[in-house]
Amino acid sequence: MSGGDNKDVLQPANFAFTPENRAEADRIIAKYPTDRQASAVLPLLYLAQRQVGWVPRAAMDHVAEILDMAPIRVYEVATFYTMFHLEPVGKYHLQVCRTTPCWLRGADQMTETCKKKLGIGLKEVTKDGLFSLIEVECLGACANAPVVQINDDFYEDLDPKRLEWILDELAAGRVPPFGSQSGRKGAEPAGGPTTLKEIARPTGAPAE
Amino acid sequence: MPKMTIDGIEIEVPAGITVLQACEMAGKEIPRFCYHERLSVAGNCRMCLVEQEKAPKPIASCAMPVAEGMVIKTDSPVVKKARQGVMEFLLINHPLDCPICDQGGECDLQDQAMAYGYHSSRYREEKRAVPDKEFGPIVKTIMTRCIQCTRCIRFATEVAGVEILGATGRGEHMEVTTYVEKTINSELSGNLVDICPVGALTSKPYAFIARPWELRKTQSIDVMDAVGSAIRIDSRGREVLRILPRVNDDVNEEWLADKSRYAVDGLRRQRLDRPYLRVDGKLTPATWPAALEAIANRVTGLPGNRMAAIAGDFADAESMFALKGLMTELGSPNLDCRQDGAALDPNARASWLFNSTIAGIEKGDAILIVGSNPRWEAPVLNARIRKRYLKGGLKIGVIGPKLDLTYPYQHLGQTADVLGQVASGAHAFADVLKNAKSPMLILGQGALRGPEGAAMLGTARKLADTCNLVREDWNGFSVLQTAAARVGGMEIGFVPQPNGRNVAGILEGTAKGEIDFVYLLGADEIDMTRLGKAFVVYQGHHGDAGAHRADVVLPGVAYTEKSGIYMNTEGRAQIAEPAIEPLGEAKEDWAILRALSEKLGHTLPYDTLEQLRRALFKAAPNLQQLGAIVPAKWETFGRTGAVTARAFHLPIANYYMTDPISRASETMARCTDAFVAPMTGTGTHG
Ligand code: SF4
Ligand code: FES
Ligand code: FES
Repeated sequence: MSGGDNKDVLQPANFAFTPENRAEADRIIAKYPTDRQASAVLPLLYLAQRQVGWVPRAAMDHVAEILDMAPIRVYEVATFYTMFHLEPVGKYHLQVCRTTPCWLRGADQMTETCKKKLGIGLKEVTKDGLFSLIEVECLGACANAPVVQINDDFYEDLDPKRLEWILDELAAGRVPPFGSQSGRKGAEPAGGPTTLKEIARPTGAPAE
Repeated sequence: MPKMTIDGIEIEVPAGITVLQACEMAGKEIPRFCYHERLSVAGNCRMCLVEQEKAPKPIASCAMPVAEGMVIKTDSPVVKKARQGVMEFLLINHPLDCPICDQGGECDLQDQAMAYGYHSSRYREEKRAVPDKEFGPIVKTIMTRCIQCTRCIRFATEVAGVEILGATGRGEHMEVTTYVEKTINSELSGNLVDICPVGALTSKPYAFIARPWELRKTQSIDVMDAVGSAIRIDSRGREVLRILPRVNDDVNEEWLADKSRYAVDGLRRQRLDRPYLRVDGKLTPATWPAALEAIANRVTGLPGNRMAAIAGDFADAESMFALKGLMTELGSPNLDCRQDGAALDPNARASWLFNSTIAGIEKGDAILIVGSNPRWEAPVLNARIRKRYLKGGLKIGVIGPKLDLTYPYQHLGQTADVLGQVASGAHAFADVLKNAKSPMLILGQGALRGPEGAAMLGTARKLADTCNLVREDWNGFSVLQTAAARVGGMEIGFVPQPNGRNVAGILEGTAKGEIDFVYLLGADEIDMTRLGKAFVVYQGHHGDAGAHRADVVLPGVAYTEKSGIYMNTEGRAQIAEPAIEPLGEAKEDWAILRALSEKLGHTLPYDTLEQLRRALFKAAPNLQQLGAIVPAKWETFGRTGAVTARAFHLPIANYYMTDPISRASETMARCTDAFVAPMTGTGTHG
């Protein structure tokens, strides 16, 4: 994925920011001193990814041109950060956390569920372009393990059945509510709060 | 000046240097991979760890500035253990392929593994493998060997000025690459092979040719351009196998241009190893006596003004001096060493020298480049301009074709008349020069060739006055020569004598039948079709244009086979030394002329090279100051007169093929195909 660009990926010949994104890019660049505009490389790559769904090479070249950088300097950045997709991803990009807390709480099953349900392996995209699947390291929501990030949102406290249902919903064009799937609020204890109950509820809130 | 203690030695060091440099000053060797004194500091290999008192852990000495009172240990058990640890990590992914690696015997990793490596590896997991890259005809890559020191990336970015190498990916997946497939399009790419501390980047033309301990090393001087880079010629038996740079901070620092390195295979092809005579229109092998006899037959009785001699771009000062002596004896005033017809003024040394000196470029703060592509005419010198540019505060203007010079510049115009505008002060760049502290004019041969050459020189001379190029302690008037022989030829006065003809005049004479005899001392760049019916003697080492036209061919030797003095574009006399024996029946060039003079009944007054040099130094004392520069007197030169709006014709159309040696080189042909053909749409394959 990193040493050279993947020859199997169909790279679009051109890229240009949409007028809105170009304006946004200019706004970002203006945040930095004039001869330091290269500092904007991360947000601009991110903006390009927002626009296309991934970062084609033409987009890297475009960013290099806007920021007056050698293209290789942009390639270095884009390949360093795993959150830049250098190949197309699905409409719903599934990132299964596999670090220890999630792993102890069944991360392997999450990956298995996705693979079986969608018929794809890791780093693959479903034929209809709807889903893609990867495993990632800790997403920072360990208290609600296991966690799967779908696009920008975390789906927490998952079990295989719930995850299957989520995938079904997404396939049907409905986006289920994100957050804990077990009904608890945030990362509070699974059975509801056990301490500081009075302070925890603002006055007037219904008692348990 | 901070004082510090290194391994118990108290030493005072200049402020601002690094601990590694201080250790070296104290005579302590510090192992390193990523650090290179001519590149920026990366500090990523950790091999240079030393112990610093009161520091909680070992420090990377290459990246740590010195401070007052520092106490450093470079040979404590902690240091040894730390370096062993670093070495063990480095070797985790490094293949154990030294027996088939070209770097073997001159590999930093191999050497340091001897000092800091464990006897065997504790690593049981799989090693990583990295796909090789395609960098073109010069640099071969075996990227699995890369230890990611990033020296090559920094060299390409900083020195070569082609920002196409980088490190992509992260951690175990990091790779040194161009990412999109690209060749290293730089005339300095061979230096990547030198700076790579391991066998990841090696020399493609030299692959599997020799081991370093088999080579005989001869210190010499490069002649492929007029820079006079210090080189080391590595030979085995009767073959030159490779050429590497030596350090000379005044000239090439430690870099060398690709043609100077890789045209060596041209030394083995199309060589003249015996005399030839033209019989019935065809060159046929002959003996030395027969060849000299044929010349004597033609010359005897011929008046001097019907003879001429032209010296080529590889001629050493000694052979030009001998040829001048012979022609003078024969009564011929028709001499010239300026094959390209450049209007250098024989009477004014300052008109043909790079007066600012190469190292002086680093002092310059405004440079006007006229009629030159320094990137091709003198790649190493161009790297010096780039080095100066990177320091900041340099203004560069260019008059001539718009080219990628590896640094940004203001393009003042394509045509010669713009120089006149700057000289008269009408162009704004005149003020840039005037207001600079050390302004420079780099005048290329492209400006001095052609009918208006003398007027161009005069205009440049005027600019030197109006823009104050010459000041106390500073002479910014710098002529960039392209031929190694040129300055030496000018120095000994290998130019038309009173009533003599220059190259253009000689060719006019031969075309018109006014000149019957022409002696070409390695001159291959003139228009041979204009030699008419003249009897042509070619003395040289390659079967190139001159030999093909000649009636008699006398086999001389190449610069790797003789001792000869060359003066570089700055006016620095240096001696090239022979690495191998002459080929076949070829002879040293001065000796050929000495033998011929005897045959012609005008025996030159020296029997040995030493005697010749004594006479030479008397006639041209500046040549005696080996390694040094005798500054030129500042006088008037050039013709006054307007210059018209003509475009420059730069001296080099293809960097990789400029002379008989590089034209015979297969590597240079491959480079032409890889680098020049895509630019111009022409190649060696049409
Ligand atoms: S290729 Fe050589 S110079 Fe470049 S990073 Fe690797 S080891 Fe260093
Ligand atoms: S381990 Fe999965 S979110 Fe931290
Ligand atoms: S030499 Fe100091 S870290 Fe590499």
